[in-house]
Amino acid sequence: MQYDVLREIGNIGAGNATTALSQMINAKIDMKVPNVELLEFKELSDIVGGAENLVVGILFTLEGQIDGMMMFMMDVDASRHLVNLLLGNTDENTSSEFTEMELSALNEIGNIIAGAYLSSLATLTNIVITSSVPYMAIDMAGAILSVPAIEFGKIGDKALLIETEFGDEIREVNGYFILIPTINSYGKILSSLGL
Amino acid sequence: MSEMIKVGMADLNVCISPNAITTLGLGSCVGIVLYDPIKKIAGMVHVMLPDSTKILNNENKAKFADTGIDELIRQMLTIGADRKSLIAKIAGGAQMFAFSNNSDMMRIGERNVEATKLKLQQLGIPIRAEDTGLNYGRTIEFYPETGELLIKSVGKERKIL
Repeated sequence: MQYDVLREIGNIGAGNATTALSQMINAKIDMKVPNVELLEFKELSDIVGGAENLVVGILFTLEGQIDGMMMFMMDVDASRHLVNLLLGNTDENTSSEFTEMELSALNEIGNIIAGAYLSSLATLTNIVITSSVPYMAIDMAGAILSVPAIEFGKIGDKALLIETEFGDEIREVNGYFILIPTINSYGKILSSLGL
Repeated sequence: MSEMIKVGMADLNVCISPNAITTLGLGSCVGIVLYDPIKKIAGMVHVMLPDSTKILNNENKAKFADTGIDELIRQMLTIGADRKSLIAKIAGGAQMFAFSNNSDMMRIGERNVEATKLKLQQLGIPIRAEDTGLNYGRTIEFYPETGELLIKSVGKERKIL
């Protein structure tokens, strides 16, 4: 049941995020129905291409009536593609190093996607949630995932991962979204939904 | 042929030379290697949290520094390690994101390292090498044949401890 609720929040959030991204890039972006998975910690990094896969993680802490954290993660190739679209770079630019300008573009993409998820959560629950500025890290997937996984670890032995696949005519990219309310906040979300 | 045994997040395993043991992409978690240099038996645990007594759901022993180390020793003794010979090498406990506030949630890597050291000290197991803290991920491999701990990070030289 709780799982279905989070999937639904994921669906609506993904829709909002797609619209926002399309407007920002000024191109059509499609997003598929997100895949929601509850995973053992051991399996977590296999899903995102292995623990050593180089990824960009953008993390926000949550405050207000709900506290916790959320993170948006993409592999470096996907991030490069989005940055190229956003800044009008040619596709020949495949560098895994990002300039200052590109890093702030990535932060902005993270902001848009996270904002879209949060506003769908707020709409469904009538709960006010505010998020921090984005914090970004580029490193091995396992290392990036350890931060939200530890938060999940305080309440259980599994982590909830929402995988979204989106793209333009040229290519599809995968993004992963993780939302971790604290135990108290989780109860608040469910009760506000009448569950 | 020797085998590379994998240890996942909140997981542990043991190994005897010529096999080796690894855990990939340690971030704020800590990788603890215990080693009996005489029998060439090693064990590795990838812990996520400092203290099992602070958490209600604490069945997975490998998730915590305190119970993870106890369980690792138990399994190593079962395959013939000598408790008195054990030494430790530890890595990880990074702060992956540069948070502006210094809340508890943000210091988790540091707290994992502190809890690991305290537990090892209580057990009288000396720490022979350490590569902890800072802000980047680490993959570690331990070779019981030589006692070497190899540390790999993105865009950095390999280290052998």
